[in-house]
Amino acid sequence: MPNYVGKSLKRKEDPRFIQGQGKYVANLSLPGMTYLALKRSPYAHARIKNINTAKAKALPGVVAVFTGADTAEVGMLPSGWNVPGIKVPANRVLQTDKVRHVGDRVALVVAETPYIAADALDLIEVDYEPLPAVTDARQAAQPGAPLLHDSVPDNVSYTWALGNKDEVEQAFAAADHVVELELTNQRLIATAMEPRAAVAQWSPFTEEMTLWTTSQNPNLTRVVLSAFLIGVPEHKLRVISPDVGGGFGSKIPTYPEEALVPWAARKVGRPVKWVASRSESAMSDTQGRDHVTVAKLALKQDGTILALRIATWANNGAYISLVAALIPTAFYITLLSGLYKIPAIYGEMWGTLTNTVWVDAYRGAGRPEAAYVVERLVDVAAQKLGLDPVEIRRKNFIPAADFPYQTPVALQYDSGNYQGVLDKALELSGYAQLRAAQAEARKQGRLVGIGVGACIEASGPAPSKVAGALGGVTGFWESGSIRVHATGKVTVLTGAHTHGQGHETTMAQIVADQLGVDINDIDLVHGDTAVIPNGMGTYGSRSTSVGGSALVRSAEKVRAKVMKIAAHQLEAAVEDVVYDREQGKVYVKGAPSKAKTFGELAFAAYTAHNLPEGVEPGLEEDAYYDPANFTYPNSIHIAQVEVDADTGAVAIQRYAAVDDVGKVINPMIVDGQIQGGIAQGVGQALWEHGAYTADGQLLAANLMEYAVPHAAGFPMIATARTETPSPHNPLGVKGVGEMGTIASTPTIVNAVMDALAPLGVKHIDMPLTPEKVWRAIQAAQRS
Amino acid sequence: MKLAVKITVNGVERAHEVEPRQLLVHYLRDTLGLTGTNVGCDTSQCGSCTILFAAPGAERGEAVKACTLLAAQADGAAITTIEGLAQNGQLHPLQTAFWEQHGLQCGFCTPGMILTAADLLQRNPHPSEAEIRHGLEGNLCRCTGYQNIVKAVQAAAAQLA
Repeated sequence: MPNYVGKSLKRKEDPRFIQGQGKYVANLSLPGMTYLALKRSPYAHARIKNINTAKAKALPGVVAVFTGADTAEVGMLPSGWNVPGIKVPANRVLQTDKVRHVGDRVALVVAETPYIAADALDLIEVDYEPLPAVTDARQAAQPGAPLLHDSVPDNVSYTWALGNKDEVEQAFAAADHVVELELTNQRLIATAMEPRAAVAQWSPFTEEMTLWTTSQNPNLTRVVLSAFLIGVPEHKLRVISPDVGGGFGSKIPTYPEEALVPWAARKVGRPVKWVASRSESAMSDTQGRDHVTVAKLALKQDGTILALRIATWANNGAYISLVAALIPTAFYITLLSGLYKIPAIYGEMWGTLTNTVWVDAYRGAGRPEAAYVVERLVDVAAQKLGLDPVEIRRKNFIPAADFPYQTPVALQYDSGNYQGVLDKALELSGYAQLRAAQAEARKQGRLVGIGVGACIEASGPAPSKVAGALGGVTGFWESGSIRVHATGKVTVLTGAHTHGQGHETTMAQIVADQLGVDINDIDLVHGDTAVIPNGMGTYGSRSTSVGGSALVRSAEKVRAKVMKIAAHQLEAAVEDVVYDREQGKVYVKGAPSKAKTFGELAFAAYTAHNLPEGVEPGLEEDAYYDPANFTYPNSIHIAQVEVDADTGAVAIQRYAAVDDVGKVINPMIVDGQIQGGIAQGVGQALWEHGAYTADGQLLAANLMEYAVPHAAGFPMIATARTETPSPHNPLGVKGVGEMGTIASTPTIVNAVMDALAPLGVKHIDMPLTPEKVWRAIQAAQRS
Repeated sequence: MKLAVKITVNGVERAHEVEPRQLLVHYLRDTLGLTGTNVGCDTSQCGSCTILFAAPGAERGEAVKACTLLAAQADGAAITTIEGLAQNGQLHPLQTAFWEQHGLQCGFCTPGMILTAADLLQRNPHPSEAEIRHGLEGNLCRCTGYQNIVKAVQAAAAQLA
């Protein structure tokens, strides 16, 4: 039996989803439930002069109306990543003095129905004094820019720098070539298809609060709510994140609504439900990216890279979200070595506050921004030096023999064979034929381009000690528990959380192989703090490498106990018994016919009739796994696009992706992650933009205005893998969830720039919409 | 003021007094408890709430976004939601195909995606890849990149042919 790992098993979680039985928070209905709605600011920046709630309170069906004066007892939303010197402005759950972005929170209504709650919002009168606003990351730091918070005098919340500046300057002075680019990595809106939602119920008898919420990390949310916000002690607060309809980072932070809903439930003495509309999500979910970067690359005549220098202004929005300060610092500047041997790197950044929705992790979180800078620069350098984009990359790759490889920006890459990935990508894409076809197309005047992206991720964060040294308030271990029942059935508990990743299947594959039991005898439980006491959740492509490894450690403990019991009953020394993980049996070496099955030994552990001296009854084990390092998945993606010169529209004609994500648990799921990730990264390259007007109005406040990719935007994507196991986790796995997104953005932009190269177009900032591309073509043709 | 409606949902006639402004999707979710029909937006872009809707006298249901209709407008109609797609405990070929082809990740768009595909295959039993992609343009998925959804529709089309 077993040997499930490596097989494309169908997902155990799917039967409920395909029959409409997903357990999403918005589906929950409790007796006596009331409905909460939030009054949000229509201004990007304004002083609150007065709030009149009298008419709203008088509306039949309204249970209560509260403003910031009422919620003063609720704590401030904290920063969970405190780089040295960071200034974290006060962030109340309902604002009292000023509003600082469109969608900022002013008041709340609790009503008998959602329709009445919406009516009541319209009856709340807020007297605002509009103030000047700033939305651009770099402009916010200029003297005279509108000031958001008195406690952050220049709108700069934090700065960070890494690398050897002197070495970099010397390298630039000695270089044959320097290429320079100014890049905007535009604001994105994560847009998980399930809008955020929360339901809370307070029990006055046990003084316990239960909160159902759309979180990627319910245990972390419980800690933050308990320690900083609602004052319910952790052991009296149960947080449940059942099925969650996608996250992509936007469901990591602890949100004001997650504090307000339980607070209000206690106030009104009834269960309270809040479900965001899509427009509300657009103006209240943390958004992503939004960097302005000036980047320079120094090279020798032959294309050898000598040094890289960048300066970045990172837009944090109006407040500092939970892990906001991690993203443009230790998840960004540390990744600037890419797949390359770059002798000297220096990066510095300014984390600024603006009158926009706050920014936090979005699929990749800092690492796509780094990959975009590096891969655009390398392409521009190749063009300047007359090198093929493949050859300049091959020339500069870190050789396979150099691993583990210490970069000049703190990270030590665990393993890799980038030449091998490239060779496979060239083959999969038919690169030579693509170039030949492109030459033909160019003769016909067609704008066909081929783009290459070569990317790395530091996934599976992170050794807790390292996280602490870099500003992390928490550690980054994961818990994994295995409860073997008397009948031999197994409940597996993980502190990771699945919101589309398929853990119910992959974690079961891992444990089934570890114990030698049928996968149908295993159930994964996650997302309920009453059942899983501690956990860190799912983000940063960490679940398998960290959470899966915790389960391996638990399984090792289960096997050790089972072997002790078996040895005792078989009257042999423990050293002399064999645990057969394919059959799920234990026997004395050389005597497999007298084996004890896993089920028999589980039963024996619970009857406790015949246990060895000193062995306790029961068969359940816990483990915490703290990773020794990040894992470093890597990829080469190659795409062919064609630009319509008349309309500026970009058509993706071919896409080939080769990823090395180490060992693979379920190839079907890995391919799905890569394909979905690619679509999201292409969305950034071509269509998506969380655009604001200069005075801070959000222009992309719903799905009419925010261009989420749809089915017609893609060809069939070809995927393949190479496999360089991570040497430091027991499964040999690396992260996969963010890889597609990281690589596809620069791959597509490089392809479009390659298509436009004959016209002399050097760079267009994303998204490469038809309008922008058309304007660039027109400008190039005029000049 | 409330309006009396009779709506056949998944083969069962339901009679309720509804608020004139109640959206059909809220009637299905909140009044009938059929929460398989999800709500993912407020501008009829995402397609998560897609159902099959047969107006009175219509021969078969067509894919309709349940957020674009009032419950009152559904009086006399026959509706199929995702909960009603499997027959006699047998999954619909599209449900099986989505499972086998890994056509879903978080599952939130899945009910609407399956019902849109069901409508597509009724109208066009042998769609090309381009026709499938075009046919699904009104349904957004943020997880899969659509590739396995397209494959699932192709597989179901082959099964149903």
